[in-house]
Amino acid sequence: MGFSVANLKIKAYNNMSEQLKVPTMAQCMAEGRQPDILFWVGAAGSYDDRAKKITKAFVKILNKANVDFAVLGTEESSTGDVAKRAGNEFLFQMQAVTNIEVLNAYEVKRIVTACPHSFNTLKNEYPELGGQYQVQHHTEFINELIKSGKLSIGSSSQFTGKRITFHDPCYLGRANDVYEAPRELLKTLGVELVEMKRNRNSALCCGAGGAQMFKEPEKGDKDINVLRTEDALETKPNIIATGCPYCNTMMTDGVKAKEKEDSIKVLDIAELIANSQE
Amino acid sequence: MNYIPNILFAIALIAGFGYFAKNVKTLIRNIKLGQDVDVSDNKSQRWKNMTRIALGQSKMVKRPIAGFLHVVVYVGFIIINIEVLEIIIDGLFGTHRIFLSILPESIYGFLIGSFEVLAILVFISVTIFWIRRNIIKIQRFWKSEMTSWPKNDANYILYFEMVLMALFLIMNATDVHFQSLNSGNIISQYISPWFSGLPETSIQVIERTAWWFHILGILVFLNYLYFSKHLHILLAFPNTYYGKVKPKGQLNNLESVTKEVKMMMDPNVDPFAAPAEGAETEIPAKFGASDVQDLSWVQLLNAYTCTECGRCTSECPANLTGKKLSPRKIMMDTRDRLEEVGKNMDANNGEFKDDGKQLLGDYITAEELWACTTCNACVEACPVSIDPLSIIIEMRRYLVMEQSAAPVELNNMMTNIENNGAPWPYNQMDRLNWKDE
Repeated sequence: MGFSVANLKIKAYNNMSEQLKVPTMAQCMAEGRQPDILFWVGAAGSYDDRAKKITKAFVKILNKANVDFAVLGTEESSTGDVAKRAGNEFLFQMQAVTNIEVLNAYEVKRIVTACPHSFNTLKNEYPELGGQYQVQHHTEFINELIKSGKLSIGSSSQFTGKRITFHDPCYLGRANDVYEAPRELLKTLGVELVEMKRNRNSALCCGAGGAQMFKEPEKGDKDINVLRTEDALETKPNIIATGCPYCNTMMTDGVKAKEKEDSIKVLDIAELIANSQE
Repeated sequence: MNYIPNILFAIALIAGFGYFAKNVKTLIRNIKLGQDVDVSDNKSQRWKNMTRIALGQSKMVKRPIAGFLHVVVYVGFIIINIEVLEIIIDGLFGTHRIFLSILPESIYGFLIGSFEVLAILVFISVTIFWIRRNIIKIQRFWKSEMTSWPKNDANYILYFEMVLMALFLIMNATDVHFQSLNSGNIISQYISPWFSGLPETSIQVIERTAWWFHILGILVFLNYLYFSKHLHILLAFPNTYYGKVKPKGQLNNLESVTKEVKMMMDPNVDPFAAPAEGAETEIPAKFGASDVQDLSWVQLLNAYTCTECGRCTSECPANLTGKKLSPRKIMMDTRDRLEEVGKNMDANNGEFKDDGKQLLGDYITAEELWACTTCNACVEACPVSIDPLSIIIEMRRYLVMEQSAAPVELNNMMTNIENNGAPWPYNQMDRLNWKDE
């Protein structure tokens, strides 16, 4: 059908900073107000060039839906997820206790994050250490915005009818049993959702979890992200959607390794939604 | 009257159950070598898990063929064992088919008939299992950890079950009185004619022999359990009860670390303070696990419960891409080392004598541990709620916190987090720069 990713209009939101409203908790406090939501950006979302685009896409959605949110900005620090999974419980707990002090000082109640690793750690591992918050993944949150009518999506978008397969991030899916929110969002977009043979609780990892993102893989006969990309390619997708900055990197690299970057794009659900707004 | 068979039977029974009890005691002692862990929470959820996963086989049927065959063998195993009750009473008191004189003939016939149908179904299922393992050679049964004992063990179990089922059917087929009732001999009536040419005394001998071998076989099988992966038929129940009830992504927070971190963060603590007078000098906690005694008793129970089916390994992204890590091997190694420690204690009056070995290095290598992506595929795949990931994490903790033996790249990553709050070497003050880019 002559599909080419070149035809997709994925805005990078460059030079659009004036359009993005990103208040910090410190600013809110100075103004004497308490935002409803804390958007936890995460290290990848803050520093990684590809992940920053996801961060901006999500902020665009938050702005569009007039969500009263703020970020911690320079007061945010690694949740400690990678340190914990690498075995450094000390470093993890130091990070956790420091972050919890900041979060509790701002009396944060609700946190939304676009990173399943931050999501899992904040939601499951912080409470015991004194950090009790209601934590949501951005796909759950966006789904709520749409269901409550705060965010609307046009009847058709550039993604309508496109074949999209969803790669379940381990820390969203198996780790926390969130499988349907991202899929419901894709259906809202009117895309043709095609499932890989390994999906939901039997989905294959992208290869980045457990601190693998930061090291070379052990000796083997293949890279995990290539194997997972092959799963995705079997569905002959136009787009591989995911909901995790690490998965995004791994799948993007996998698509490149398979020399398919001209016909298949790897996008975060937030980017799909943000680019479906008129 | 001749009481010799009754006495022999009683001796066999006592010996069989006695040796089994002794092994159960060893088993419990070994499991208790693990660290204490609080599992008194979520009682109703735990009962539900046990009912659904162990009793209801809910995870077995995720793979429909193996799952269905397993349910047949499982149901057959439980129900046919009702017949063992009759055999034990008959054996002890010298009666013959005692239930026939208690129950109406039709009900007895219905019971035995059901057992016979199940017996043949079990026989067929077990034969298919054997074919899958040895002829079709399904991959997960032929991984590198499945050689020698693990490979033979799996086949011995199948042969045991085939022979036991065959003996049960032959015993019924050669029971002239039972066949003459023509009630309940649904399957054995077709086996009976095989023996029709033989004199009645020979048939009687065959019946007695089958009867004896059947019950002795069951007793031997019972005692085989402790040495075999087949232990899962008992331990699947406690294991699913004590299995993880928290979200799979949630790793435990080490309490010993929490204490130290709280102390470091508390400005009122005097780091040079002498311990209070009379305070017990606490042995500094070991962080993570290098040997089986450092693991929790639930993790050790996990190891004994593992039936080496390899579903975990067949879903492991590291294993699927040719890395050395196999979650099944993690469990098998843990059990092997635990057995070694147990035997060491048996030989040294119940005290463990340092043998210069440990789980880390001698059984499980760092290379295996670092290949894990913590994706939980193995935990999800396990039909009896084993958590290999928790053992991998405990051992990584030891490598990192006790030995500073993380791969170089991970040390860099951790230094970055310590210095600038991110795994990458970026300035913390640049964290919000994305907003203006």
